[in-house]
Amino acid sequence: MAPPETERVTPLLEVESLTKHFPVRRGLFGWSPQLVRAVDAVSFTVEAGGTLGLVGESGCGKTTTSRLILGLERPTAGTIRFEGRDVLALDREGVRHYRRSVQAVFQDPYASLDPRMRVGAVVAEPVVINTNLDAAARRRRVAELLDLVGLPERSASLYPHEFSGGQRQRIAIARALALSPRLVVLDEPVSALDVSIRAQILNLLRDLQKRLGMSYLFIAHDLAAVAHMSRSIAVMYLGQIVEWGDADAVALEPRHPYTKALFTAALPADVDAPREEVVLIGEVPSPLAPPSGCRFHTRCPFVMPHCATQEPALRSESGRLVACHLY
Amino acid sequence: MAAEPAGGTLALPEAVAAPVRGRGRHVPWIPIGLIALFVAAAALAPLVSPGDPYAQSLRNRFTPPVWDERGTWAHPLGTDRLGRDMLARILYGARVSLAVGALAVLLASSVGAAVGLVAGYYGGRVDAALMRITDATLSFPVILLALILAVTVGPSFLNVVIAISVILWARYARVIRGEVLTLMQLDFIAQARIAGAGAWRIITRHLVPNTLNTLVVLITLQVGYVIIVEAALSFLGAGIPPPTPAWGSMIAEGRDFVTSAWWVSFLPGLAIMLVVLAFNLLGDWLRDTLDPKLRQL
Amino acid sequence: MVPTVVAVKDLQTHIVTRWGTLKAVDGVSFTVAEGETLGIVGESGSGKSMTCLSIVRLVPRGAARIVGGQILLDGENLLTKSEDAMQQIRGRKVGMILQDPMSSLNPVFSVGMQVREPVGMYHGLRGRALTERATELLASVRIPSPGARLRAFPHQLSGGMRQRVVGAMAIAAPPRLLIADEPTTSLDLTIQMQYLGLLKELQERHRLAMIFVTHDLGIVARICDRVAVMYGGRIVEIGPVRRIFKSPAHPYTRALLDAIPRLGARRDRLTTIEGQPPDLVALPPGCAFAPRCPHAIERCRRESPPETVVAPEHATRCWLNGPA
Repeated sequence: MAPPETERVTPLLEVESLTKHFPVRRGLFGWSPQLVRAVDAVSFTVEAGGTLGLVGESGCGKTTTSRLILGLERPTAGTIRFEGRDVLALDREGVRHYRRSVQAVFQDPYASLDPRMRVGAVVAEPVVINTNLDAAARRRRVAELLDLVGLPERSASLYPHEFSGGQRQRIAIARALALSPRLVVLDEPVSALDVSIRAQILNLLRDLQKRLGMSYLFIAHDLAAVAHMSRSIAVMYLGQIVEWGDADAVALEPRHPYTKALFTAALPADVDAPREEVVLIGEVPSPLAPPSGCRFHTRCPFVMPHCATQEPALRSESGRLVACHLY
Repeated sequence: MAAEPAGGTLALPEAVAAPVRGRGRHVPWIPIGLIALFVAAAALAPLVSPGDPYAQSLRNRFTPPVWDERGTWAHPLGTDRLGRDMLARILYGARVSLAVGALAVLLASSVGAAVGLVAGYYGGRVDAALMRITDATLSFPVILLALILAVTVGPSFLNVVIAISVILWARYARVIRGEVLTLMQLDFIAQARIAGAGAWRIITRHLVPNTLNTLVVLITLQVGYVIIVEAALSFLGAGIPPPTPAWGSMIAEGRDFVTSAWWVSFLPGLAIMLVVLAFNLLGDWLRDTLDPKLRQL
Repeated sequence: MVPTVVAVKDLQTHIVTRWGTLKAVDGVSFTVAEGETLGIVGESGSGKSMTCLSIVRLVPRGAARIVGGQILLDGENLLTKSEDAMQQIRGRKVGMILQDPMSSLNPVFSVGMQVREPVGMYHGLRGRALTERATELLASVRIPSPGARLRAFPHQLSGGMRQRVVGAMAIAAPPRLLIADEPTTSLDLTIQMQYLGLLKELQERHRLAMIFVTHDLGIVARICDRVAVMYGGRIVEIGPVRRIFKSPAHPYTRALLDAIPRLGARRDRLTTIEGQPPDLVALPPGCAFAPRCPHAIERCRRESPPETVVAPEHATRCWLNGPA
């Protein structure tokens, strides 16, 4: 699937019809035929050096998608292509290379660092596992990485609990960069931090991207932050992508009703500027039993009769892709 | 410092959650002292003992302890029905009890922790299978097993250690597995995987250090339990065979004379109580101190 | 003239810790009128939650103490009331909605039992009348099939639903003042929007004064009439929402507004606030924000600025803004 409105360069990461279903266990022994359709035929691309923002609420599948890309889960169907090669068909050497090239930073700064390891060991761990560098070379690399994220070298001999939340995220970023990855999955990297610290970390992430040229998959629910950081945005709902396009276009002129509702919640630059406000009715349906036709139709303020029977396909509209019968 | 939503507003910010009274800060010198005393006594028994614990003297049987009017300093804690010195027997008995305690617990904890780690890490069928074995083991009474062993193979020091360990490991397995399940949810484990770590590295480098606290607390608390079990076994005749001094069998020997020569049963019982109490208090203190939420402060 | 429901004057709450006395709330004053929503914004450690707990005198006992000030609810000072009197006031006159709906509801009791409790207590109802009133209450917070929902347990409801139940219990009386402490932080965005709309509706229906604590300025812009910005246990700026967003007087407010990504403002870098939030045990003399303030002058470090009015209804604590 081609990224809308951009040149035809081989993207760094290409995901096609990615699907992950989880069987639901019922009772002590049985596995019922019910499935959680966590991710359902999702396709998108991430360009080299760019940032794709992935937004959606709970149950939309963005976390599962990130886990699939990180190799923490295996897809039920679909392909993941990295640097043009099918990730699921790689040999051992290829898998190792993939692991080194794709790293992650997670949301909770208190759970992502082993409390029993010194910071130096935490940051060096990927290097220890994947290279043959001797202790001195590792120490140098750790110092280099800590410097990159703005922490003093002596941090290496301290324990994680001696640092604040923001500083811990910096350590997590340093670790993610240890193997010079080409893609970093950022799963809500600043949501657990104080507002005044978020700006520091977001700025750091952008600076690092400019310096080192890696791509980001930026998952967050702070939509203004996503719009600020990303070049393109994909909006997910109940396991599917409902809108995908250039960040400014999607954020400022959303087309899909769900995207409109989401961005209604974000803080605009000018509080007085007129905006189309969309407030949804009802609850998020369970991924166990997604609604028929367009999965969003049960909450859509613009619902039409055939929305309940026909699933809309992603179509090109005003420079981005939208899955909605309105278009 | 960072915004922590969980727990609601009634939870004080992290920095202030420490109770002002400093609970958990005072090192429990008395339990530690007691344990050290018994360990030293056991280790140095040949040096400090007033005599040979096996030496019988029917002439001196049932001598009361020194503070009684009929007691003598030659036998500070009196003698038993065969005239053997009580203090000597208690000191040598400490060797038995502590040795059984240490060995059984170390054996059981190693095996149990390993099972718990593997079950928690792999989950799924491996976990299910291991936990069924664990559950079955947990339901088997220690004393029964020891009795069976005593009757079939004959009572001995080794049999006691084996009998206890074979049942005890299940307790560790369960607890450690629980800890591991919680740890597996934390992001740093996923991060290790993303960095390319395999099962061995994750278990040894990440899971073991983070379960060590629980393990230490459990071990400390279990030593007391094992000592009591050993005493019970010896009391029943299924433990350490006579004439080796063991606190449990000493209590058994004095059973018929509780009203007249009360010290024969009472003093070994007191020794058991003190040692077990000391280990329990130490274990409690360790649990409070090693609780990570309090530890960070 | 709209009557003032709550007037807080120079409130001070201290927390005793191993390292010293922490001035969690250090001289906070504000008023909220009927039908008005005051937002309290601040980061962790700013004192916003402790302020709310102080109003209902639910500060953690043993560690925290309210040491000074007045809290006037419809003219009566809550700080002079006995604990028994406070128990009558909590819930009946002041309702509270906290952040985590799962711990606000008792997981082993059904929703019905938990909603009936305050309704029965405040209105002296029993039996069928009580059930009817409880059902009405759930309907008023837009819970579908309220009758059936009474039998449900908290874990069977979604986060948004649980917060509605908590909201229903909070307005059961109905109270004069509703305090909501980050009630939407754990909810999904679209559910948050619904919930905020519901709160507004409840406020209008019952003429409630509302205090809304949050760190999210987007929410403040949406539902608050006035906002108080807290830092280091003090209110550094207070005024009408529109005015504060357009012309913030205090450097911290300005920095906060600049640090947040805004839709439609494409910037290369977000303005950061250097340094760390203040250590409340060792607050510097003078303005608490001075160590991080790009405009701090000598006086800021020495003396704590008093509240100065910079425009009608708009006040701030800053030496750069007024008092000579």
